[in-house]
Amino acid sequence: MTTSACGCGGLHTDPRLPELEAVLSEFKGNRGALIQVLHKVQSIFGYLSDEVQERVAEALDVPLSEVYGVATFYSLFSLKPQGQYKIGVCLGTACYVRGAQQVLNEIEKQLGIKLNDTSDDGKFTLEVTRCIGACGLAPVMTINEDVYGRVEVGTIAEILKKY
Amino acid sequence: MSVYRSHVLVCAGAGCVSSGCVLTENALVDEITTLGLDKEIKVIETGCIGTCDLGPVVLVYPDGVFYSKVAPEDAREIVREHLYKGRVVQRLLYKDPLSSQLVQTYGEMEFFNRQLRIALRNTGVINPEILEEYIARDGYEALARVLTEMSPQDVINAIKASGLRGRGGGGFSTGLKWQFTHDAPGAQKYVVCNADEGDPGAFMDRSILEGDPHSIIEAMAIAAYAVGAEQGYVYVRAEYPLAVRRLQQAIEQAKSYGFLGQGIFGSEFSFDLSIRVGAGAFVCGEETALLASIEGRRGEPKPRPPFPAVKGLWGMPTLINNVETYANICPIILHGAEWYSRIGTEKSKGTKVFAVAGNINNTGLVEVPMGVTLRQLVFGVCGGIPNGRTFKAAQTGGPSGGCLTEKHLDQSMDYDNLVALGSMMGSGGLIVMDDSTCMVDIARFFLDFTQDESCGKCTPCRIGTKRMLEILERITGGEGRDGDIEALERLARNIKQTSLCGLGQSAPNPVLSTLEHFRDEYQAHIRDKRCPAGVCQSLVSFRILADKCRGCGLCARVCPTAAISGKPRETYVIARNDCVKCGACMDKCPFGAVIRA
Repeated sequence: MTTSACGCGGLHTDPRLPELEAVLSEFKGNRGALIQVLHKVQSIFGYLSDEVQERVAEALDVPLSEVYGVATFYSLFSLKPQGQYKIGVCLGTACYVRGAQQVLNEIEKQLGIKLNDTSDDGKFTLEVTRCIGACGLAPVMTINEDVYGRVEVGTIAEILKKY
Repeated sequence: MSVYRSHVLVCAGAGCVSSGCVLTENALVDEITTLGLDKEIKVIETGCIGTCDLGPVVLVYPDGVFYSKVAPEDAREIVREHLYKGRVVQRLLYKDPLSSQLVQTYGEMEFFNRQLRIALRNTGVINPEILEEYIARDGYEALARVLTEMSPQDVINAIKASGLRGRGGGGFSTGLKWQFTHDAPGAQKYVVCNADEGDPGAFMDRSILEGDPHSIIEAMAIAAYAVGAEQGYVYVRAEYPLAVRRLQQAIEQAKSYGFLGQGIFGSEFSFDLSIRVGAGAFVCGEETALLASIEGRRGEPKPRPPFPAVKGLWGMPTLINNVETYANICPIILHGAEWYSRIGTEKSKGTKVFAVAGNINNTGLVEVPMGVTLRQLVFGVCGGIPNGRTFKAAQTGGPSGGCLTEKHLDQSMDYDNLVALGSMMGSGGLIVMDDSTCMVDIARFFLDFTQDESCGKCTPCRIGTKRMLEILERITGGEGRDGDIEALERLARNIKQTSLCGLGQSAPNPVLSTLEHFRDEYQAHIRDKRCPAGVCQSLVSFRILADKCRGCGLCARVCPTAAISGKPRETYVIARNDCVKCGACMDKCPFGAVIRA
C-alpha cells in the first residue's frame, strides 16, 4: 500500500471516488442512515477500508469509533478485500440436517482454503451464510447472486468450474 | 378485456427461482405463442405456492392440475399435450410419498387440502407485481372500510376480540400491544414491521413479502391509523434481496394509487412507508435491537420496560409487529373478529404458517389452524420421512426452542402447549430430524449459532454461551467428562435467568430440551465415547466386518494413510490410530464389509 502525504491511502486517486462522494452528499449529516450508507459504500468498493470509514464518519458527523463499531458488529460488512466470487454455504438448520457441513468441508478441500479466507489468486472467498430461506432446496450454496440448491459433495467441482 | 380459457400459474417464490422456474416459464410462454394460443391461455407468475422441494411448479386452471419438477422441455410438453390436446401429462404429476399414488389436482393433495390459508391467502395465487390482482382479491378494501367506517378504537377492539397473538414468537396479544401504543403519549408515533426473519429454517415471512407485499402495506396503514402514527418502516434482513425488491416496487405502486401518502381515500389520515435493510445480525430480530439498527447503531438490545409501545424509535411510542401478524389483519377487518376467533384453540386463535424442512418428504410452507397435531403436520400434510428412515425429533422455535419427540406426536401445536412441553412456537419453523441425526451435535450446532450471534452486551450471554459451547464441543469431540451434564444444566439456568434479552434467555433451550429427551445420547458420548447416530467424527470409527470381508484388498489400496492391512482372502483390519476417517474404504468396498459406527 502506498503512503501518501495526505494519509488517505490513495483514495483520492481512486476512480470510484465520485460515486462515494455522491452517496455521502445524499446522506450528509444523517447519523441514522449509517447502515444504509455502509451498504452502498461496500457495494462500490467491495469492502470497508479504514480510509473509507473515515470519510463516512466525516460526512455523517459520526465518531469514527462508532462507524467502526457498526461495521464490525454486522456480519455483512467486511473490513478486508473480498474475492471476486463469494461462496456462501448456508449452515441454517435445515441445510445442516441435510449435510451442509460435508459440503463446506469438501469446498475447503477443493479450493485449499479455510472458512473466511480468500484464495491466493483472489478468486474465491469462502463464507458461511445464515439461512437464506430456501430451505426447501437444502443444502444450499450461493456464489455471488447465484443460488444452488440440493448441493451434493459430488457436484461441487462442476459448480466451481463455472467460475 | 380478453377472457382466457385457461390460467397457468408458475410459482416464482425464491425457492423455485433457484430451481430454474424462469426458464420453465419462458418455455411455456414460447410454446403457447408458437401454437397461437396466447389469446386463450394466460401464464401468471405467482409467489410461493409452498411446495418448495417440488419446484419448478406449474398449476393449470380451471382443472387445478398440479405439475411438479417441470423443466423447460417438460413445460413445452404440457403445452402441447395438456393445453392443446387436453391430455394430462401423467409423468409430471405429483406422487404421494406414502401411498405412491399419482395425484392429479391441487385439491386432492393432502399438502394443500389440509391447509387453511389466511396469511398466505394470496401467496401462490396472484402475481405479486401486479397491483390490480391484489385489488381484485379484496385488496385495500379493509383499509377503505377502516378509514370511512371505523374509529381507531374500533379497529383496536376488533383486533383484541379476534384473539390474534404475535406470530414472531412472542405470542403477545396483538390487540393489547396496539392499545398500549395508542394510549402512550408522544409527539410522533411509528409503526414498524419486523421482517428480520433470522430463525434458520423459517421462510414464511420471506414468502409473504415476496408473494403478497401489498397485504403488509395495507395492514401497516391500518395499524398506523389505529395507533396514531404517520410513518412506518419495514426492517428486512439483507439476505432477502428479492423480498426487498418486490416490497419496494409495491410501495411505489401503492403511492401512485394513493394508498400511501397524504389524505388516503380522501380522509385526513396520512401514512408513509420506507424500507430499512439489515446487515446480517440475528439479534436484530429482537425488537429493541431492531429499533437500534433502524437508528443506525449497533443492534444491542435494551432492558424492557420501557417497551417500544411506550418508548421505541427515537424515544417515541412505536408499534412493532411481525410480518405474519400483519398478514392476518386485513382478513380480520373484512370477515370480522368473530370469524377469526372461531378458528384455532381457546387461547391460540387463527392459523399458523409452518415452514417445514429437514428430513421430510414435502418441504415447504403450510398454513394450518392452531391446534393441529404434530403427527398431522409431519405425516399427514408433509408426507412423512424420506429414504425409509424413522422420525426422531422435530425442532420448533429455531435456536430458541426445543425438540419434540415421538411421544409428542399427538400433541397440539399451539403457543401455550409448546411452552409447556419445553419448546415454543417461535416463528413457526419446524425442522424434522430422522434417526441419522445426533441430538448432541444438534445442541452444539444451535449453541454455536447463538454464541456467534450474541451481541456481547451482557455477560451471562456473551460468556455463558461460550462456556456451554466449549463443553459441548468437548463432548462431541470425544473428550466429555463426568460432571459435564451437571455443568451444562447449571450454566443454562443461570444464563436463562440473568440474560438481558430473548437471545440469551433462550439460547440454552435446545441444550436443556435435548438433555431431557436424549440424555442417554449425551451419556454415550461422555462415558462410552460413542456417537450412536454415527455423526460426531471423533467418536466414529470404521471397522471391517469379518463375515463380509473377502480379503480383496481394494480398501487397503485406496487408504491414504496405509492404515489397512491384511492378506489376500483373509479379513483385513483397520488400524484405529492411523485411520483419518475419510471413508474412502467404505466407498470402495464392493461387499459392504466396511461399516461406520
